[in-house]
Amino acid sequence: MSGTGGGASFQDLILTLQHFWADQGCVVLQSYDLEMGAATFHPATLLKSLGPDPWRAAFVQPCRRPTDGRYGENPNRLGQYYQFQVILKPSPDNIQDLYLESLGMLGIDSNQHDIRFVEDDWESPTLGAAGLGWEVWCDGMEVTQFTYFQQVGGIECTSVPGEITYGLERLAMYVQQKENVFDLDWNGAGVTYGDVFLRNEQEFSKYNFELADASALQNQFAQAEKACGELLAAALALPAYDQCIKASHLFNLLDARGVISVTERAAMIGRIRALAKGCCEAWLAIEKTEA
Amino acid sequence: MPELLLELLSEEIPAGLQDKGAADLLRLVKEGLKEQALEFDEANGFATARRLTVVVIGLPKTQPDVHAERKGPGINAPDQAIQGFLKSVGRTREELETRETPKGTVLYFSQTTPGRPTAQVLVDVLASAIGHVTWAKFMHWADNTFRWVRPLHGIMAVFDGKVIDLSLDLGPEKITASDTTTGHRYMAPDPIEVSGFDDYRDKLKSAKVILDAGERREIIRDGAEALAKVAGLRLRVDEGLIGEIAGLVEWPVPLMGRIDEAFIDLPPEVLATSMAKHQRYLALENSDGELAPHFIVVANIGASDGGAAIIAGNERVLRARLADAEFFWDQDRKKPLADYLPQLAEITFHRKLGSLAEKSERVESLAVQIAAFVPGADVDQVRSAARLAKADLVTGVVGEFANLQGIMGRYYALADGEPDAIADAIRDQYSPKGPYDDCPSAPVSVALCLAERIDTLVGLWAIEEKPTGSKDPFALRRAALGVIRLVVENRVNLNIALVLRDVALRTINDIDHENLEFLEYLGNRRIPENGDFRRTESRFLSNQLLDFFAARMAVQFQEQGIRHDIIKAIFPEKLEMDDTNIVRNIDLVSVMENAFTLSDFLKTNDGENLLVAYRRASKIVEKEGKKDRREYKGIPDPALLKDPAELELKAALDIARLEGETKKEEGDFPGAMLALSKLRAPVDNFFEEVMVNDENQSLRENRLKLLWFIQGTIWMVADFSKIEG
Repeated sequence: MSGTGGGASFQDLILTLQHFWADQGCVVLQSYDLEMGAATFHPATLLKSLGPDPWRAAFVQPCRRPTDGRYGENPNRLGQYYQFQVILKPSPDNIQDLYLESLGMLGIDSNQHDIRFVEDDWESPTLGAAGLGWEVWCDGMEVTQFTYFQQVGGIECTSVPGEITYGLERLAMYVQQKENVFDLDWNGAGVTYGDVFLRNEQEFSKYNFELADASALQNQFAQAEKACGELLAAALALPAYDQCIKASHLFNLLDARGVISVTERAAMIGRIRALAKGCCEAWLAIEKTEA
Repeated sequence: MPELLLELLSEEIPAGLQDKGAADLLRLVKEGLKEQALEFDEANGFATARRLTVVVIGLPKTQPDVHAERKGPGINAPDQAIQGFLKSVGRTREELETRETPKGTVLYFSQTTPGRPTAQVLVDVLASAIGHVTWAKFMHWADNTFRWVRPLHGIMAVFDGKVIDLSLDLGPEKITASDTTTGHRYMAPDPIEVSGFDDYRDKLKSAKVILDAGERREIIRDGAEALAKVAGLRLRVDEGLIGEIAGLVEWPVPLMGRIDEAFIDLPPEVLATSMAKHQRYLALENSDGELAPHFIVVANIGASDGGAAIIAGNERVLRARLADAEFFWDQDRKKPLADYLPQLAEITFHRKLGSLAEKSERVESLAVQIAAFVPGADVDQVRSAARLAKADLVTGVVGEFANLQGIMGRYYALADGEPDAIADAIRDQYSPKGPYDDCPSAPVSVALCLAERIDTLVGLWAIEEKPTGSKDPFALRRAALGVIRLVVENRVNLNIALVLRDVALRTINDIDHENLEFLEYLGNRRIPENGDFRRTESRFLSNQLLDFFAARMAVQFQEQGIRHDIIKAIFPEKLEMDDTNIVRNIDLVSVMENAFTLSDFLKTNDGENLLVAYRRASKIVEKEGKKDRREYKGIPDPALLKDPAELELKAALDIARLEGETKKEEGDFPGAMLALSKLRAPVDNFFEEVMVNDENQSLRENRLKLLWFIQGTIWMVADFSKIEG
């Protein structure tokens, strides 16, 4: 481990977490190749949460939140950031202990720091998903979302997955004691987070807030919705779900562009939820036929 | 005497649910014990972030024996009867005893069932209690069918020093009760073996867990005060926040951090909100009562470095939070507050009542109308305040901290150079929030607050979003209470009936023209055939709201010793439903004062007697009317008054009526009351001397009318028929 501000580099954190969770029987996957707002959208989280089969996976997922972009000018806010996602189904009895052990591997000693599990019930209206759990605080900073899924795509989870979502930038800022995300030490050899991503933040903020073509996005949304329906009719859950992920991201772009009224907003969320629900039902139906 | 100790160890329970969880479990255990005839001396419940605990002291080792007896047929009864009895008690003839009774010798069945050992009985009592605890939100975990607030990991169940043979089926997993628990998650995670409650509490304390929430609160308060004192500061005690923190930590360790000087110029409310709501920090103040640049964070751990790393981490988090807030604070002031107004058109107040911009317009015109009744309210200032009132809702700081609505509006208005009265009114518009907090008294604020609430009440009432039972999603009860407090405490002599009628009419007109959906909805209820529809509808609405106000006043003044029926007796009659424009004057200030006067009057001898007389009169009129299937009412005929006592009564009634009416019109309610009190003697005398049911029908009818006239005279001042008891 190396780094300028003390503590592990950004990429060391990822490598450490991957090793740790691989040792716990997780398959280590790579990021999904579509834009999404949270790692929960990854099919390895959402679809695999359904049905009775055990499943353990861990992966890094870039998350795009167009409305959170600040042109690279805010030291704490990003339009795109990384989540490290762990999904353990069924949730093991020692899931909290495993999580705390992983923090120890990252250099956060639970006897030296104030680690708190603070109530945070999670709900995703677009995914028809809900769960109970906590946000995990480390000395007052929220570093992880910890959720027991109860419902996904409107369907009750019979085998409950435990989802652990580390906010990698937050964790790294904590471990490296940095006040500005762009100062994070990426590789322990002189490359910073800003070197890698500052320009992305600047350009994408400009695109998201000022230049995105709203009517083109509206059309794409309608196309994705239509394609999703057709693919569901053909009983192809995974390709259909890709279209659902696309629709959700297009909605986020339109939202950042500020062109959605309150009522329209609720309606679009409802449309995406209908797609997600259809995909989840199709996924379960096919899984059952094969079994 | 033996003792029961039960602890349910789980993952972290939300702070706000712990007390209810512990109380629920305690109640269920107590009920279960009672059902099993197990008496005890004392029972207590406790909760921490990870455990619910119940201790019951002074239980017997076994249940009491139960003795049962049944009397059977006589020994010489027919065989069929005897056989039937034997079958029903499951005994042979030889096993039963016989007893001598006055009716001869009869068969007797008696049986003593020995009580079971308490430890055995507890197995079911505890399993049932655990299974019946209700949480605001339950959850499943792993593959289990059992639900709890968060995953349940351990049950410690000890009776009289021994483990209870309890196993909770989670389906498919099971939790078997033991006599062990664990201490603090980080500081003492090893198993602890426990023999009884005192042992348990002491061992937990050594294992860095304070069982009692009250004790945790005390440690937090005392520790924070001590830290404050050392720094020459004072703790701003926030019991709600201290209680929440006590639910987040098993081992509270208060630590003091610094607020970066760079942020000390932010509005103190922004600092306080950021600290309390987001970070659960306690605030400190200097000797002048100003927010000090320090905060108290309560850690859940005694760290080996004395908390240095924890403090540094929390200071860094707060800096990031405040930097964010400062960004919005600076952004927000780059343009005047009025420039935010167009955005209000994009925010829905209620789907059926339009946008916030539309609401603001309504409130503005109403506030101007009300201002005329609020002494000292400058109409132009009221208009400006109403116009700007909602603008801060679309600013950045309020977007981040919704609870700062109004407060930020005041800052921005001041920054624009608005007068204090306008800025303060913008802040005050959301007050009072309940029955006890400060009620605005500045004239501009009062006018705006009243308009804001009346608009909300009428609008939501019109679209049938009324409170029902425990549900009041739009806090209309609070809004009505706000109107009552604002009017009564500031003595605003406003005809609430007239205001409600006008606003109702306007609301219905607005909705009618502009909201097709609402028109369709109304159409389902009443078919709008002509112009009268709106007028009828608005009377209907305002009458319902007057009832609502009367009910809220009754609740509000009950605490000041005014019975709810007194308010009912005083609250004026509702609006006429026919098509007149006459609206009664309902002035809540008078209603309140009159209620106090009537309440006092009814406690006097005169008052009591008059009430008795009133009831006697109305009872007779009602009874005779029912008997004859007709109503006895109307002015008695003077020519038919024969008895001196009835002549005297009629004369007294005429005087009381005249005097009462005059006094009432002059606003002298006590005077009107006094006029009535003079009726006592003649009424008493009448009942003593005069026989109402005279053989002469016309005399009888006239006397019944005279009785009705007593009621009518009293009604003029207050409706005694509403008074109970």
